[in-house]
Amino acid sequence: MENLNNLEKDLLKKITDSDDFSGGAYNIRENGKGVARKTTENINIVTKEDKPGIDIIVKEGTKKEFVHIPVMITESGVNDLVYNDFYIGKDADITIIAGCGIHNDHHQLARHDGIHTFYLEEGAKVKYIEKHYGEGEGTGEKILNPKTVVKLKKGAVLEMDSVQIKGVDSTIRETVGELDEDASFIVSEKIMTHGKQYAKTVFNVALNGENSSTHVISRSVAKDESKQEFYSNIEGNTSCYGHVECDAIIMDKGVVKAVPEILANSIDARLVHEAAIGKIAGEQLTKLMTLGLSEKEAEEKIVNGFLK
Amino acid sequence: MLELKDICFERDGKKILDNVNLVIDDKKFVAITGPNGGGKSTIAKIIMGIEKPDSGKIIFNGEDITNKTISERANMGIGFAFQQPVRFKGITVGDLLELSVGRKVKLAENCDILSSVGLCPKDYVKREINSSLSGGELKRIEIATVVARGTNLSIFDEPEAGIDLWSFNNLIEVFENMSKEIQGSIVIISHQERILNIADEVVLVEKGKVKQIGKKDEILPELLSSTSRACSRVKEVK
Ligand SMILES: Nc1ncnc2c1ncn2[C@@H]1O[C@H](COP(=O)(O)OP(=O)(O)OP(=O)(O)O)[C@@H](O)[C@H]1O
Ligand SMILES: [Mg+2]
Repeated sequence: MENLNNLEKDLLKKITDSDDFSGGAYNIRENGKGVARKTTENINIVTKEDKPGIDIIVKEGTKKEFVHIPVMITESGVNDLVYNDFYIGKDADITIIAGCGIHNDHHQLARHDGIHTFYLEEGAKVKYIEKHYGEGEGTGEKILNPKTVVKLKKGAVLEMDSVQIKGVDSTIRETVGELDEDASFIVSEKIMTHGKQYAKTVFNVALNGENSSTHVISRSVAKDESKQEFYSNIEGNTSCYGHVECDAIIMDKGVVKAVPEILANSIDARLVHEAAIGKIAGEQLTKLMTLGLSEKEAEEKIVNGFLK
Repeated sequence: MLELKDICFERDGKKILDNVNLVIDDKKFVAITGPNGGGKSTIAKIIMGIEKPDSGKIIFNGEDITNKTISERANMGIGFAFQQPVRFKGITVGDLLELSVGRKVKLAENCDILSSVGLCPKDYVKREINSSLSGGELKRIEIATVVARGTNLSIFDEPEAGIDLWSFNNLIEVFENMSKEIQGSIVIISHQERILNIADEVVLVEKGKVKQIGKKDEILPELLSSTSRACSRVKEVK
């Protein structure tokens, strides 16, 4: 990691909230190539031979370890496609921090499409944190299209936090999940778009095993002339529980479309969806203004709190 | 300190405030009471700038603030605790207190403020001000936001509503301490005789008009002679 320059270090920090990965395994990818890697006794990282990407293999019973797999794009005109597969052994309990940062000072587009597949064995637990960020002065578009595929065996739990706060011009984020007995998939997504940005989210989760459950909470803010779409499709095929909550604030000329779909194929499936879209409540602004904040400051506080 | 001059406020063809004149002197503890729907909250909102009067003037410490915004009035030293507290997704009690004080707040300070309104700080500082809080909890936090500011003129709209009896005693103490400390004025909109008792002055507002101003003993007979529900509430307490 010592060979990274300041721009790279800065970008890395923005997407991982950390500048020191030394406590765990890591793999740093930049402009389509691996630039640094560390494995541990329990976590192996292997470069794929048939296509770009890596396999991350976590031994059975591994506890409280971290894996960082950030991706950076710092050159214009890069179109990076990567496949990362995670094999998480039985009863392991680990945290994976992924993230993609694009710094594009030029006028050509910079694009990263990451396909992440998680195979969790019985009783495995993973916290997966993903942050997307774009910066740079150029007019070149910054495009990120992450796809996440999740396969949870009996009793496995995957908690996924994804955040995209700034600078990504276009994103289509797709998540597909298949859950066995007692498995649980918890998703929290936060998105803020501004300018002419576009963000689309698609969730497809199949609850196949008895007593499996999923909670999806999406909070988003669409400012300026940005557009967002949210599609979720939860399929309950047995006795299971699914809950989708989509909550969006629109500002200026922002546009948000939410299409939550739930399908119960079993009499014992319990599925709930809630979707709310609206501007910031006037009384919230009023309350903060009575504390001395200007209208702009009040707006900012409300939005920051909402996306926190 | 504050003067309302000929304030009129009309909505949907109904006179909500009809030529309201009211003076609140320095270092005074004033209670505003009267039947439901009489216009008490509207007066408070007009003082804070949340509603704009159709006509009339508001003078605060010698300055005409009729056309000032809510934020400007807040920064001039007016504070207002809502009758119905507002909820926020993602904003914590600690965040809101920090905004109230206007700077970073040490945990110990938050603790002082929260315990003064009868909330155990440990349990609340990190709680979001969302629908998971009970009505009484929200109300106490709302009061805390104004106590924390220590404004020159602090208005509380029915602070006792939803607060249990034990805490109510402490609450009265909070107001008494506050009026000593800030050297300013406190206005409490209330239906509670206990609050009317400790007020320097009681203002009776009915049908959009200031009907009477005086000590509690002078106001109470007037209030009880009225047939509205608010009056029967005062009776129950007796
Ligand atoms: N924006 C508005 N539009 C229409 N009517 C309003 C508006 N604001 C207040 N009112 C009406 O004005 C009257 C006075 O309301 P206000 O809230 O000031 O009463 P109050 O004295 O505080 O009553 P309470 O004791 O029930 O709190 C009520 O009849 C109310 O319905
Ligand atoms: Mg009222």
